[in-house]
Formats: sequence, C-alpha cells, structure tokens
Amino acid sequence: MIITLVDIALLTFMGATAFAILRLRSLFAVVMLSGVYSLLAASMFVALDAVDVAFTEAAVGAGISTVLMMATLALTGERERPSRHTPYVPLAVVLITGAALIYATFDMPPFGAADAPVNLHVAPRYLNDSFAEVGLPNVVTSVLASYRGYDTLGEVTVIFTAGVAVMLLLGGRKGDDAGIKNEPPEDDTGADDGGSAA
Amino acid sequence: MMFTVTTFAVLIALGIALVRAFLGPTVFDRILAVNSVGTKTVLLIAILGFLTGRPDFLDIAIVYALINFIGVVAVLKFVKYGDMASSGDGGEPT
Repeated sequence: MIITLVDIALLTFMGATAFAILRLRSLFAVVMLSGVYSLLAASMFVALDAVDVAFTEAAVGAGISTVLMMATLALTGERERPSRHTPYVPLAVVLITGAALIYATFDMPPFGAADAPVNLHVAPRYLNDSFAEVGLPNVVTSVLASYRGYDTLGEVTVIFTAGVAVMLLLGGRKGDDAGIKNEPPEDDTGADDGGSAA
Repeated sequence: MMFTVTTFAVLIALGIALVRAFLGPTVFDRILAVNSVGTKTVLLIAILGFLTGRPDFLDIAIVYALINFIGVVAVLKFVKYGDMASSGDGGEPT
C-alpha cells in the first residue's frame, strides 16, 4: 500500500520532470533536470526490486551522462534555438501510439504473476538446475556468465569499442589543445554546426 | 509506522526540491536543487529498504551518495571554468 503510493509519487515526479525538460530552453537546466530524471528512475527501479538496474541507472544516467553532457555544453551553445513549426502531426502520432500501447497492456498478465509466459519458459530450469549445472549461488550471474555467455561477450565487445572510441575522441590530440582554446571564433562556428545538426 | 511517516516526509521534500529545480532562476539554484534531489534519493532508497524489511540496500544508498557528490563536483567545475579538463591552477575563473 505504502509502496504503491511511493510508486505513484515517483511516477508523478518523473512526468513533471519530463514536461519541464520539454518546456525549458536553457540547455544547462535541461542537463540538470535529466540528471534528476535519472535519479528518480533509479528510485523507481529500487521500489520495483530491480536493485542492479537501479545501480546502473544511477551510475550511467545520473553520473556519467551528466558529466558528458556538461562537456558537450562546454563545446556548444547553452541555449536551444526556438523551433519555428508547430509539431501537431508528430504529437498526434505519439498520442495514438501511446494509446495503442496502453490498450495493449490490458492483455498482459498481472505484474509478477507466477503463471505469466515469461516465468514459464526457461526461468524454472534456471532457478532449479543452475546451481547443479554452473555452480554459482547467484542465478543472475549464472545466466549472464554461462547460459548467455556469447551475448555477454558481445556486450563487453560493444562497451570496449565504445570506450576506445570515446578515448580517441577526448584524448587523441593533446598537442592541439592550446590552439583550440585560444580561438573563440572557431567555438562560435562549432556551436552553429551543432545547432543545425541537432 | 515511523518509516511510513519518514517516507512521506522525504517524498514531500523531494517535491519541493523538484519545484526549485524547475523554477530556479540561476544556475546555482538548479545545481543545489539537483544535489538535494540526489540526497533525497539516497534517503528514500535507505528508507525503502527498511520499509520492505530488506535493509541490504543500504550499501546501494551509500554508493548513490558518492555518485551524487562526484557529479556535483563535475558540474560545478564546468560552471566555474567552462572546461572539464581544467586543473584549476592559474586559470582565471570566468
């Protein structure tokens, strides 16, 4: 009961934050509010008993993303250009899609139901046999490291590649740093490029 | 009962901090509001652990506090120097 109220309050806060992000034109405020949104989402995940997901959300969404967005803001402008058209058609598409998705949830089994298809497929075998087959007390670790080993290997490859790319972008040309900093006009053109590309 | 009351108090404080983050006329209002939302998140996670009878989540709350601290320091550095990589020595604050 109290947990339900906490869920409702957190979802309300998340919705309000999303609308504030939409309405604000100061990109600094938008970055701050997206950090707030990540923290609220992390609380929501904890309330839903997904502690590991909440941990990832807090580290990636609230921690690293905010810092990277700040670094981006240092290179581009701080104001969003006002849009010149009124996006009624996209709004209608989003509303219709959302209504269809909400309608589809009526056919879903209740949250956490034991006889839901997702809990009948392979989950019982993981829960019953994974200790004998893999020998790890934590079922999630068994699934990630053994049953889904190739999937995890692919994920690690993707993360490694992304890390290498980010390091190349951020730290690849230390010799040019002084030249970039001393040329404010170049920064202005950079900001225009960023605005038009977005 | 005590945890229930505390949960509501934290949620109300969270809402007030969010309002400041939405309205905040200056940059520092928003930074302080975000920091305060982060603190409320830490408290909320800790209380949720006790509320549901599983206080194991307390470690997670402590890690959140650390992430919050690092994030705010990075944001403040950006605001003061306009540059993440600045060491802070000799650079004129802008």
